[in-house]
Formats: sequence, structure tokens, C-alpha cells
Amino acid sequence: MSKTTEQVRKSLAKRYRAERRFKAFGVGAIGFGLLALVLLFTDIIGKGHSAFFETYVKMEVTFDQDTLDISDVRDEEQLNFANYDGVIRNALREEFPSASGRQEKRELYSLISTGAGYELRDLLKDDPSLMGKSITLWLLADDDVDVYVKSAQDDRLESRLSDNQKSWIESLEAQDRVELQWNQSLFTHGDSREPELAGIWGAVTGSFFTMLVTLILSFPIGVAAAIYLEEFAPKNKFTDFIEVNINNLAAVPSIIFGLLGLAVIIGLFGLPRSVPVVGGIVLTLMTLPTIIISSRAAIKAVPPSIREAAMGLGASKMQVVLHHVLPLALPGMLTGAIIGMAQALGETAPLLMIGMVAFIVDVPGGPLDPSTVLPVQIYLWADSPEQSFVALTSAAIMVLLSFLIAMNTLAVFLRKRLERRW
Amino acid sequence: MDTAEKFDDKAPGNMKLADQIEGEQAMDETIRYPDQTVGTPYVDNPKMRMRDVEVFYGEKQAIHGVSLDIGKNEVVALIGPSGCGKSTFLRCLNRMNDTIDICQVKGNLHLEDQDLYDPKLDVVELRARVGMVFQKPNPFPKSIYDNVAYGPRIHGLANKKYDLDEIVETSLQKAGLWNEVKDRLHSPGTGLSGGQQQRLCIARTIAVSPEVVLMDEPCSALDPIATAKIEELIAELSESYTIAIVTHSMQQAARVSNRTAYFHLGRLVEMNDTDTVFTKPEHDLTEAYITGRFG
Ligand SMILES: Nc1ncnc2c1ncn2[C@@H]1O[C@H](COP(=O)(O)OP(=O)(O)OP(=O)(O)O)[C@@H](O)[C@H]1O
Ligand SMILES: [Mg+2]
Repeated sequence: MSKTTEQVRKSLAKRYRAERRFKAFGVGAIGFGLLALVLLFTDIIGKGHSAFFETYVKMEVTFDQDTLDISDVRDEEQLNFANYDGVIRNALREEFPSASGRQEKRELYSLISTGAGYELRDLLKDDPSLMGKSITLWLLADDDVDVYVKSAQDDRLESRLSDNQKSWIESLEAQDRVELQWNQSLFTHGDSREPELAGIWGAVTGSFFTMLVTLILSFPIGVAAAIYLEEFAPKNKFTDFIEVNINNLAAVPSIIFGLLGLAVIIGLFGLPRSVPVVGGIVLTLMTLPTIIISSRAAIKAVPPSIREAAMGLGASKMQVVLHHVLPLALPGMLTGAIIGMAQALGETAPLLMIGMVAFIVDVPGGPLDPSTVLPVQIYLWADSPEQSFVALTSAAIMVLLSFLIAMNTLAVFLRKRLERRW
Repeated sequence: MDTAEKFDDKAPGNMKLADQIEGEQAMDETIRYPDQTVGTPYVDNPKMRMRDVEVFYGEKQAIHGVSLDIGKNEVVALIGPSGCGKSTFLRCLNRMNDTIDICQVKGNLHLEDQDLYDPKLDVVELRARVGMVFQKPNPFPKSIYDNVAYGPRIHGLANKKYDLDEIVETSLQKAGLWNEVKDRLHSPGTGLSGGQQQRLCIARTIAVSPEVVLMDEPCSALDPIATAKIEELIAELSESYTIAIVTHSMQQAARVSNRTAYFHLGRLVEMNDTDTVFTKPEHDLTEAYITGRFG
């Protein structure tokens, strides 16, 4: 064996060792990342899954005309303001006649959610012939009852419920009249002080309008800026300066954009607080650098030979850009935009500054209605004392995460689909 | 003059060259001439007339006072060692150098009566008259049809779909590609073989009916069979177009061109009939190059 071969063998062994070390390191890094992800998901899903169901109690209620205080069942006004709670109270008193005294009665009434009355109202509106009749219904339970029903035997001792309430629930449970049902209100309601009535729909639509404004503003502006900087701007000190600043902008803490929005957009231009338009403008400032940087990279990646070919045929600069560069760079630009939007969707701090943290019950109907957004809703709920909000917070996080996963999947999918336009 | 002596010792063949310049100058310096082109760079009634062309990349001068004519329906081959400025010169002829910020062109360049560097001239018009085929086949990532139709479309040469179809068909026929692609006009141009792609690029260039076609090493990425096809094509095209072709293959230059220009370090050393250049070159540098002593 020659000396060189010997030398090569030795160094080969060393090289292989280095390679294996590097691989092990990479696997370790990915393993660590996955572990963190699994921990996050198990924690969130463990806490949040129960919020997707809520407790209902089966009751026999009588639409008693006197209690409801309705003289004409066709009168919308009367139907809206009738005393449905009274009907429910009657039902509860009938069920548990032993409850006496103000304190006990209040305890009894608080078994059922204040929102249960709306259910009765809707029923009566749909079918006025129910008036005077008795029907058996599943009524939404109060959040404390919900927590109690969902908790394990041992944990029940720590419940906030009184002994009376516990015994009532247990007697209902014994009769199979307590049930967990799909939490419809989580996906249809806005925020509420009552956890069993609170939903994320208000925040989801708020987020949707905010993202819409962000996308409409940031994508065209970002792409136009990128095209100008790559294709038309002279290369000089000034454009270098702009480039440095764009990169800087990407690293500015987002809360500063919020302060800017508060001072300029709300303070100077007098736009209202808490509205998605302002949120969208602020998030545009935040998303722009991401879009500009990724769009420029996408434009740079267009092969120069394509430009030359078009120019050699006499295409003007604008035609080269519109006919060749832009279509080829678009997948990269879209990917960048989606990633920027995903960042914006999860952004909280700047929106707190512009007042999107207000307690808003109504689902916004447009980008000029006061609203909140998903991450802010999560922040609000995480800050609420009621125990039920813990599960709701995690449920909202799960929804936010699934939006993010959907957006990032879309980005990957788009890139794969559009990479080659054939 | 140490180096010159050493060089002469080892390469006696170069003695004559070195002697031709003032006596004992170093070899490196001898190569930096001549200021005078030998042969017949000028023709009567030229299609393109270039005088004293100088090209600078920033501070660096890449072309030194090149003057030559390209006659009507003539195929002119530009040859020379790598880096001697062939591509640079060729790209002046349709102002492709405009795209390089640091590139500066001086001198008189005319296409018939049109001054190429007239500030009032629109390069779009010029490039419609002087087309270019590049070294690497570079079809657009579009269909074969759209590749060929692109030029006529942007110049508005065809108003009706029917006219455009006809231009596409004749261009592909002239480029000798029609029979191979007529059933797949709407499949991607990037899906063709390298040689087919290059012929597609030629079809794309001639679709706008240019007067002059510039080709920068159009066969260097192709195998011998595809090369032969392109060479045939050049011979046919020369009936209706004026062609300037840069090539590294001397056989190719000999096969396709009427006149050959030999460039050396940014200077035009010799321009003559192709036969003359390859059989009895007038200049020693040309001889050295075609006999393979350097390049
Ligand atoms: N974009 C550029 N910027 C700066 N210098 C350049 C540029 N393009 C070419 N040059 C220089 O100009 C000189 C001529 O280059 P050119 O490309 O014209 O040579 P060539 O004869 O085509 O060579 P080859 O046969 O290798 O293609 C070279 O010295 C090269 O370094
Ligand atoms: Mg070249």
C-alpha cells in the first residue's frame, strides 16, 4: 500500500467520524425542536380540549304566559324582552322545591347560565304555538357547574360550588340529566364575561379584517418596492442606505409600530381606535420588510439568461419585468407574503397600543367596526380569573395555531405548485 | 529583459514574433499590439460599419480601437482566445452592453445609416433589427408557440391570430424545427433537447425579421449532431440575413463564415476572407492562434 493511500485511509476515517458527529448533532437539534413542539401541543390540547364541549342540563320548562309577561306572541318587541329567566327559575324551583330563603334560591338559579334564556326566546319565536305548553329542554349550565361536571371526583371537593349546589347537580347526574354537548357558541359568539357564552368568532372576524387590510396594503407595496429596488433603482449610496433601513425595519420591536400607529394614525389622522383598519396599517409596517426582502430574493433568483433573451428581442425594461421576471418570481413573493401574514396574525403587542384590546362583545361587521383579534383575545382570556377561561384560552390557542399551520401549509403548497409553471 | 530571453529560449517559434516588434521587448508587451489591423476589414456598401470602437468596463479597457465592416448577407466569424473581447464587441452591435452599468462604449457604430449610439435611438427598435442568439439556449419558460410569438407580439407585428400563427410556423420552419414540434406547439419550450432549444431560440430571434443576427457561441453547449444542424441552418439563414457569429471552433468558423476576424487582447489583429485566414494568415498572431500555439 502506497503512502498516499495510507494517508488517505487515515484521513477518511477522520472525515467519516466528523460526518457522523455532525449528523448526530443535527438529529439532536431536530429532536429537541420536536420535543418542545410535542410538549407545547400536549399542554395546550390537554388544557383546551374540554372547552370544545360544555355542560347542558335537562329541564322541563313551561312557557307560562304570565311569567313571561307576553300578551301577544306575534309582537317581536315583547318576545325580545320577555322574562325567560323567570320561566327557567320556575322550572328550577319545581325541580328542587327544598330550596328556600334568598341565599339558597340564588344558588339554585345560578346553576343555569344567564344565556339559557336566549335559547327559549329563539324557540318561542320559531314556534309561537309553544306558548302555555311544557317541553323538556337541554339548558346551558353555568360555567362553575361546567367546571364541576368536567372535573374528576377528587377535584370536585375544591369546587367553588356550595354543598347545596353540589347535591343538586349530583341528583341531576344520577337521573342522567347532565350532558356534555358540542360548544357551538365558541365558534359563533363574540367575547363575553360569562365563559360558557364566550366565543372566538368576534376575534376571528376581527383578525380576518385586519389581515385583509394588511394583505391589501403590504403585498402590492412590498412587491412594487422590491421591483423598483431590484430592477430600476440606481445602485448608489442612497439605495444602499434604503436597503440597510429596510433590513432594520424588520428587526424593530413590533410594539414600536403600535406606538407609531397610536401617535400618527389615530392621533394625527384621527382614525378611530380599536378598528381593524388601523390594526392592518400597523401590521403592514411590520410585514413590509419581510415581503420586500423575500420578493427581492425571488427577483434575484430569476435567471439572467431569461432577461437577456427578452431584452435581446427588444422587450423594454417594463416588459421584461411584467412578462418574465414577475411571473417567475411570484411563487417566492407569495411565499414571503404568506409567511409575513402568518407573523402578523400572531402579533399582539402593537395591537394593544392601538386599543384592539377593548372588551368587545359584538362580532365586527366590517374593517371599521371596533374589534379584537385572536392573539389579543387569548391574552384577554389568559388574564381572566374564571377557571373556565383557562380551557377557553387553550382552545383559542389551538384555533390560532391551526390557522397558522394552514397558512404555512398553503405557502409550502403554493411554492411546490408554482415553482415550475408547467 | 530577462523574461524575454528565457521565453525565447524555450519557445523559439515565437522569436519571429518578438523580433517583429522593436527588437528585444518582452513577450508580454509584444502581444499588446498591433494598432493597425491587417487584411481587408472593410467592404463596399456594408450592412454594419464600425469605426474606432472602444469599450471600457469601469477603468478597464476591453476593446481598443476596433474598426470593421459587416457586408450584406455576409457571415462574419469572430475568433480569438478567451477573454479577448469577442462577446463584448458583439454585444455592442445591438447595445446589449447597455444592461451592464459599468460598461461604456465609444466610437462610431452604424447599421446602414443609423447611428447605433444615437441618444435619440430607441434600443427597442434597434434590437428588433439586430437580433441575438446566446451561448446557452435560453427559451422562456413558456410554450414553444409563445416563445416564438413573443417578439412579434411585443412589436405588434401581427394583428390577427392567423398572422401570428403564420409567423410562428415560418420561423420554426426556417429554424428547421417545425417538423419536430408541430404537434406540440403548446408544450413547454424548456422541455426540448438542448439542440432543439437553441434552434427554438433562433426561431424566436428570426420571428421579428431582424436584418442582422448576432450569435455568441451558439453551439458551445451542443453535441456534434446538433451543432451540424445549426451550422446548416446558419448557411441557409445567410441567404436572407446578415450574421455575425462568435465561435471557439475554428472548423466551425471555416465552415460557416465568409470572412473571419481575429481578435487578440481587445484588438482586431486581422480580418480577411475565411479561406485566407485559415490557409495563409497575414499576421503571425493569427497564425499562432489557428495553428493552436495559444488560445
Ligand atoms: N461585465 C463585465 N465587467 C467587467 N469586465 C468584463 C465584463 N465582461 C467582460 N469583461 C472583461 O472584458 C474582457 C473581454 O471579455 P469578453 O467576454 O468579451 O471575452 P470573450 O472574447 O467573449 O471571451 P470568451 O471566449 O471566453 O467568451 C475580459 O477581460 C473580461 O474580463
Ligand atoms: Mg464570450
